[in-house]
Amino acid sequence: MQSTLFRRVTAALTLLLVSGVSVASDWTERSNVNLRPGVTDISQDVFGLHVAILWVVSVIGLAVFGLIMYSAVAHRRSKRPQAATFHEHVGVEIAWTVIPFIILIFMAVPATRVLIAMDDSAESELTVKVTGYRWNWSYEYLTYQDDNDVGVFFFSNLKTPAEQYHTPVLKNGLFPYGTAADRFGVEPEEKDHNYMLAVDKPLILPAGVKVRFLVTADDVIHSFFMPDFAIKKDAIPGFVNEAWTVVPEDATGIYYGQCAELCGKNHAFMPIEVHVVAKEEFDTWIAEEKEKAASGPDLTPFANLEAAMALGKEKYNAACVLCHGAEGQGGIGLPFAGTELMNDSARIQENIDVLIKGRNAMPSFAAQLTPRDIAAVITYQRNAFGNETGDLIQPADVAK
Amino acid sequence: MTAVAAHHDHHDDHHHAPHGLKRWLFSTNHKDIGTLYLWFSFAMFMVGGFMALVIRAELMYPGMQVVDPEFFNQMTTVHGLIMVFGAVMPATVGLANWMIPLMIGAPDMALPRMNNWSFWILPFAFTILIGAVLMSAFGDGNPSAPNFGWTFYAPLSTKYGPASTDLFILSVHMMGISSIMGAINVIVTVLNMRAPGMTMMKMPLFVWTWLITAFLLVAVMPVLAGAVTMMLTDRHFGTSFFDAAGGGDPVLFQHIFWFFGHPEVYIMILPSFGIVSAIIPTFARKHLFGYASMVYATASIALLSFVVWAHHMFTVGMPLAGTLFFMYMTMLISVPTGVKVFNWVATMWRGSLTFELPMKWALAFVVLFTCGGLSGLMLALTPVDFQYHDTYFVVAHFHYVLVSGAIFSIFAAAYYWLPKWSGVMPNTFLGELHFWNSLLSVNLLFFPMHFVGLAGMPRRYADYALQFADYNWWISVGAFWFGISQLLFVAVCVLCAMKKGKKAEAAPWEGAEGLEWTVPSPAPFHTFDTPPVIK
Repeated sequence: MQSTLFRRVTAALTLLLVSGVSVASDWTERSNVNLRPGVTDISQDVFGLHVAILWVVSVIGLAVFGLIMYSAVAHRRSKRPQAATFHEHVGVEIAWTVIPFIILIFMAVPATRVLIAMDDSAESELTVKVTGYRWNWSYEYLTYQDDNDVGVFFFSNLKTPAEQYHTPVLKNGLFPYGTAADRFGVEPEEKDHNYMLAVDKPLILPAGVKVRFLVTADDVIHSFFMPDFAIKKDAIPGFVNEAWTVVPEDATGIYYGQCAELCGKNHAFMPIEVHVVAKEEFDTWIAEEKEKAASGPDLTPFANLEAAMALGKEKYNAACVLCHGAEGQGGIGLPFAGTELMNDSARIQENIDVLIKGRNAMPSFAAQLTPRDIAAVITYQRNAFGNETGDLIQPADVAK
Repeated sequence: MTAVAAHHDHHDDHHHAPHGLKRWLFSTNHKDIGTLYLWFSFAMFMVGGFMALVIRAELMYPGMQVVDPEFFNQMTTVHGLIMVFGAVMPATVGLANWMIPLMIGAPDMALPRMNNWSFWILPFAFTILIGAVLMSAFGDGNPSAPNFGWTFYAPLSTKYGPASTDLFILSVHMMGISSIMGAINVIVTVLNMRAPGMTMMKMPLFVWTWLITAFLLVAVMPVLAGAVTMMLTDRHFGTSFFDAAGGGDPVLFQHIFWFFGHPEVYIMILPSFGIVSAIIPTFARKHLFGYASMVYATASIALLSFVVWAHHMFTVGMPLAGTLFFMYMTMLISVPTGVKVFNWVATMWRGSLTFELPMKWALAFVVLFTCGGLSGLMLALTPVDFQYHDTYFVVAHFHYVLVSGAIFSIFAAAYYWLPKWSGVMPNTFLGELHFWNSLLSVNLLFFPMHFVGLAGMPRRYADYALQFADYNWWISVGAFWFGISQLLFVAVCVLCAMKKGKKAEAAPWEGAEGLEWTVPSPAPFHTFDTPPVIK
């Protein structure tokens, strides 16, 4: 995209930068002070622009501050009891209007070039629709090479468990929180390396293939932010925005991103994890997923309450916990612990309907959870948090 | 110059100043109303600052320790609203009230009763807004206070907004009415009440910058009022301005908001330019360099501010041509801003400099505002803005221009004019402590935000990944340091209000020029009953 000269100059300037530039491979490296060069051509062009403009503003800034410092020392009253009287000079006024203008033109040219390159999403081989929800992402593979109906679709939730991020220090008072031990019966867990970044089901992309993202949202505005690909595109309900990337073949690995537009309570809790794999590996994976999607929902009944509870807890903690709380105590969503809906066995159908169709602020979970998941979640809700109905809901009950 | 003492006046109501509660409630005196504005804005600065400390306490370590994410969002939202509408804007209006009549030789503001009303709306507006937060905090988070960021993007604030959004809408309407009336008052006063001989191009630059600010306010506050009214009808009367499901457009909201929001940025900073342009010549004992070009630069900034709004929205998916237009215009605005900075440096150049407190604050303003301006130039480059947008880099940028910019200049103004307001010199020891603590802590607070932002930490995050932990700890330390340092300024102001300190002369700064220094300190209740004549 950029001329080689421009790249060479910015690369040289980069080396000169005092701040360390980290290798792109691990986004979780600590104490990074500079922008990440990223792994794509575009992201490296963007990084080059960043370095160039950083130099421009640093030089201008240091020159101005140097003049101020010099004047403050050399022109202080003890040195110069009598001030000069000049207060106008057309020449310098013109100079410091025109010179900055010329510098700006020199910056605008490469910026325009990169921007035009970023805008060109033509000839992509893979199209993925990215949808933001409160508070997770879903990915739908729409087309891949000659296949115009891939039909692979899944949700991606934060993997970090509540026990890791819930570490309240205030026991009561204005912000009523118990300690972690009170709330979960366990001491807070050590925060792991990918704290707040890892998800349960990452987006898988092939290396060396031009991928087009169609970015949209289901409820409020989110923003799909992948620093290593230099992508930040707002996900707007009712709109479809476009972004694209080609990750080079030698850059397979795990990349992280985050939601970058305030979307409500759990804005910080909906990261993006992308696994870039070799093209052959991707082909195998997408074929398997496609087959799975084609075979319809898994309706295998649960053998016993324990089996349903185990799956239910897992799904509850991924899909429900952010609004309804790890202990069913409620929050944005209604509480479950000891409530009538959860304890009246005659209202099981209502319980199922709310999950499938949604009610008021509660969205429908028909797309995010399979019938088997929904059955497990409802079984879990009705037998956890002190509820003891003994109700075992089977996938077939939900699939009706 | 002209005799200004109030005692031998012939009007009945001039014999003695009103006193007690009535003096403040029914005041039509520009000085009293200015004082009210200034104390009110200082109180709001402390409230908004407390909210910032709640945010920083939560962000000191990774994990959720102090508040829950919902309350965190309420804090970021109301912190922003209070600081913009409650602290910075009323403080500059207070300065305008006090100083514009004194600077142009007018006896008072042109519309004194409206002046009273425009102030007294504000306490009610902020009671409503803060009331929503208190209800949330003491009602266990129910109903939630406004939690959609100070930018209140639809549909987060419309379809998904809490019930208290309606309180927010009412409150913003009231702030808007107050600002518009204040602005009209400034325009009418400046255009009609200048002393004989005070031509437009002889006005102090503070008056010029405020005149231009007032035009910006009259132009864009109604746009904000329109935006919140559309929100209100979307929420309650079945319209779909911002709801795609009803044929509306969520991006339209952002265009309307930022058409207000970008000129708003200049509304907050232009008066600061005026303050600094008054202080630097005083302590350099030299005339302001390039007065005329300063006026033209201010006007150019104001005009350009109407055509750069979409640089806040580069990521919404605008067409390429639109993006390029807004990128070029945004880069262009750095030219007149640069001219101002260069003019200040040239004013200092070969002067006879001393560094009393106002000068210290003014110089800190020039340096730190320039830092914020330069990171603004970086943000103007759209391809890189995609990386910076909505990260802490942006937070660092606008806090450099607003805290170490606008607020530092307001401190400069306070130290500069407190002798005139109170009749005593501000306590130098406390003032020095306040300055040096603020200067060091503000940089510890905001400079590392550039690092976490570049490293990729999005703004308005209640919790963050571990690689951002190191700098966030330092940022929080800086925040508490800065917050506590402001208590020193409370002490400075209280001492001045109690008239404790060295008595100030009429012109306490030897290099100062301007009509305000021709009246005694403290300025009498009525000044310039007979207009001075400017040659």
